[in-house]
Amino acid sequence: MAETPKPEELFKNIDHSVPEEPWEDVPPDLSPGRFAYPTKPKNLEYLGMPMPTKEEWSPADEEWPIPDNWKEIIHEGFKDRLEKYRSLKIFMDVCVRCGACADKCHFFIGTGDPKNMPVLRAELLRSVYRKDFTTAGKILGRISGGRPLTKQVLKEWFSYFYQCTECRRCSVYCPYGIDTAEITMMGRELLSLLGLNINWILEPAANCFRTGNHLGIQPHAFREMVDFFCDDIEEITGVKLEPTFNRKGAEILFITPSGDVFADPGTYTMMGYLLLFEHLGLDYTLSTYASEGGNFGLFTSSEMMKRLNSKMYAEARRLGVKWILGGECGHMWRVIHQYMDTMNGPTDFGETPKSPITGTVFENAAATKMVHITEFTADLLRHNKLRLDPSRNDNKVVTFHDSCNPSRAMGLLDEPREVLKAVCNNFYEMPENTIREQTFCCGSGSGLNTEEIMELRLLGGLPRANAVRYVHEKFGVNMLSCICAIDRAALPPLMDYWVPGVDVTGIHELVGNALVMDGEIERTMDLRFEPLKEETEEDADE
Amino acid sequence: MNDKNKIITGLVIFFLVALFPFWFNLIFGASDAAKGPDPVLTDKAKEAETCVADTQFMRTEHMQLLDQWRDTVVRDGQRIYVVENGNKYEASLSNTCMDCHSNKADFCDKCHNYASVTPYCWDCHTYPEETK
Amino acid sequence: MKAAYLYSLIAVVVLGLIAYAGVEAAGLDVLFGVIIPYLAFIVFLVGFANKVLDWSKSAVPFKIPTTMGQQKSLPWIKQNKIDSPYTTGQVVIRMLLEILLFRSLFKNTRTGFSGERISYKWVIWLWLFAILFHYSFLVVVIRHLRFFAEPVPFFVNFLEQIDGMLQVLLPHMFLSGFALLAGTLLLLVRRVFLPKIVYISRPADYFPLFLITGIAVTGLMMRYLAKVDVIRIKELTMGLATLQPSIPEGGISGLFYVHLFFVSILVAYIPFSKIMHIGGIFLSPTRNTANDTRARRHVNPWNYPVKTHTYEEYEEEFRDKMKEAGIPVEKE
Repeated sequence: MAETPKPEELFKNIDHSVPEEPWEDVPPDLSPGRFAYPTKPKNLEYLGMPMPTKEEWSPADEEWPIPDNWKEIIHEGFKDRLEKYRSLKIFMDVCVRCGACADKCHFFIGTGDPKNMPVLRAELLRSVYRKDFTTAGKILGRISGGRPLTKQVLKEWFSYFYQCTECRRCSVYCPYGIDTAEITMMGRELLSLLGLNINWILEPAANCFRTGNHLGIQPHAFREMVDFFCDDIEEITGVKLEPTFNRKGAEILFITPSGDVFADPGTYTMMGYLLLFEHLGLDYTLSTYASEGGNFGLFTSSEMMKRLNSKMYAEARRLGVKWILGGECGHMWRVIHQYMDTMNGPTDFGETPKSPITGTVFENAAATKMVHITEFTADLLRHNKLRLDPSRNDNKVVTFHDSCNPSRAMGLLDEPREVLKAVCNNFYEMPENTIREQTFCCGSGSGLNTEEIMELRLLGGLPRANAVRYVHEKFGVNMLSCICAIDRAALPPLMDYWVPGVDVTGIHELVGNALVMDGEIERTMDLRFEPLKEETEEDADE
Repeated sequence: MNDKNKIITGLVIFFLVALFPFWFNLIFGASDAAKGPDPVLTDKAKEAETCVADTQFMRTEHMQLLDQWRDTVVRDGQRIYVVENGNKYEASLSNTCMDCHSNKADFCDKCHNYASVTPYCWDCHTYPEETK
Repeated sequence: MKAAYLYSLIAVVVLGLIAYAGVEAAGLDVLFGVIIPYLAFIVFLVGFANKVLDWSKSAVPFKIPTTMGQQKSLPWIKQNKIDSPYTTGQVVIRMLLEILLFRSLFKNTRTGFSGERISYKWVIWLWLFAILFHYSFLVVVIRHLRFFAEPVPFFVNFLEQIDGMLQVLLPHMFLSGFALLAGTLLLLVRRVFLPKIVYISRPADYFPLFLITGIAVTGLMMRYLAKVDVIRIKELTMGLATLQPSIPEGGISGLFYVHLFFVSILVAYIPFSKIMHIGGIFLSPTRNTANDTRARRHVNPWNYPVKTHTYEEYEEEFRDKMKEAGIPVEKE
């Protein structure tokens, strides 16, 4: 965006002082650039979701196109969710506003806006809860922290529930485990009842519903793209790959976010997967129907999440695979790890995942029957099943960004590190309070990686970028590795802005570089067609 | 969710803890526990009629007075305590107080036990042999 | 909302005056000594149970532990059994550490900007204040059983000896009383002076702190300054505890009734306030669920069928393109 100020200026203007007026009286900033565009009617229509208007509208408008009985809809929706989710009820009731969460949120650190403190983000919902659902709130009103639901409150919800990436960092520090992701999800579901959503989430959701993936790639195009990578792989390694699509009887179904098929640098990660499977001679297939690992339904409602997720098991059953292998993606793994089996299980296909190469049985995935690619690869490494030349990654000084969901909603922390340490020689961790369960979001998760709010994203991503900058300056880190497709899309602009000179990669791109394939030609380029080494004396020696 | 049972169990435990005084006294308590003890006055005490101060003061502040006595005797060598009406007493727990109130068990201990107070007076001081 | 704490402070002072005047001037000993305490206790029990049962009625559709350590996956990768619990036993340990030691709060950090760097420093203060406050409160409550049980149980005597081990002041100073006052004031100071905390604080945050300050101050006064007749007080409290309430002959100082009234208000206020975190912490799904969701299926009681886009519908739309691209189809 042209009007984005220079990094130094943006950084300097971060102001953490609090306003004079109480937060209840501060209207949300809904000027252009501070909100994501609302969903286009065609997407709402395709998904059969409430549609406020067929006209175009903007959150900057004074009057929003919402139904006349909007208060009633919200009230009923709130009540319904209080019964369905104990988490919501508990989190509404028990917060003591100790403030431990306040400076844990990347959006608060970056914007200084007090309503981005997790405690106040939750109070936006809690104030209405008190007024509508508690005796004290009904009688005492504002003294007890209650607040009537007004159109301004609604706008506040829209503004701040779309300034939260559901990363769960605050819930690590909360003495009661209050999880703002839960609050934001509920807030978004309520807004959704009125037809208030953002297009960047529901267009992918509608695409995914129809074509099987967020990007709307149709089956023939999906195949073409993968074939195109195979051509590149052949050029780089001399090895010819022939992945299969929708093949019945394959042992393993491999599902990865469609971002890996669509855009750099995810595509290089995709090439890494393909090389790995070829190296192993794995009996696997890709699916064009279940061609999306991610799930933007998670950012909309539990119902939409279930609708989109259903394809994985349906396809596994149809193809008769034994189990599913999943690619590198963040929120995808929250859905798979914490929701999938509950929503769409119990599974009626296959068996407990077992690595055909090492014989390791993945008991931890016995019910869900889905294994994370870094679990799979870490197991291969342990059993010395890979021929590797990590020096091919010597032109990279690597650090690792823990993606929010795998770290805080799954606990996948050491598997990717084991893989990294095996495939590259230069690996440095970022500072302790910015990795593992304390990791910082890229600032663009939960469907916020849209252009129109670039400045907000840059501010939200600042804590992450700042930690990268530290290792960039200290150790010369030039490669930020991650296991998330949204990261691979969101981190490059973030790095270009705050830490120029750092590229972004998936872990399996590095694996692909290091793999010594049978019958390969001498490798001179990595998967990005960049030379493995600068032309040095090495060449002279030979 | 099959955690209803766990929650009910938790609530029952909570109730047991919260209602501790009620069931404890019912099971272990004496029937007249709500009636505080009456310190027994010896004949000598009855005869004397007045103590070094009035009863209400002595009920709440006797420990303060004894503390004060200790300080004046030990630090200042001042052994005589003069009360408002001019009467003089030797400032001594063993010789003055326990001269009248020679029945420690029925006078001192009764209340101290009731209020769960364990003064360290008799760590050093002796008290008269009690005669039944 | 800078006035928020003033309102709360004034409210507590007024409540104290009401009790004092009620007893000293209007002779309402029975109201403040018997009726209100009983009512407050009943409200507390019923309200507490109600709230917990209300929580229990809500479903737990998904297991959503916040994982703060390595999951259980491959046998040679060391699982963090406390922060990423896999079994019920491990969850119990995590919960105990959370409830007894405030483990999450212990991790607290402070974000600071220095030059171009953002730093995160481990800070222990909030945890320390919280521990001081909660544990001293617990000791004070247990110690007060000496007024509500006859004979006084051994553990109360034992606790009194430890609490009074310094053997200073008369009667012996109980450390817990002063610790409670200190803890409460420290928590209050945060809320009055730290701008961010002031900004998020509401009357509901100040009121209980002032009330507890009032309880601690009146309690300490009765013990060390304006001494009261503990035997008469125990007669009253034992009357309450044995359901034979009466006001002891000769009366008790008004200060005691202020103390008792504050406690009554606090106890009755608990079920309707944030203090319900006492119960809520046990039921927090991000802490009390196991990170075993891929191994063992969790059942959502309200799981319902949703409209999906089936493979048949998909193939119907794209069959020709799939065939052309050499992707197998079900129907030729």
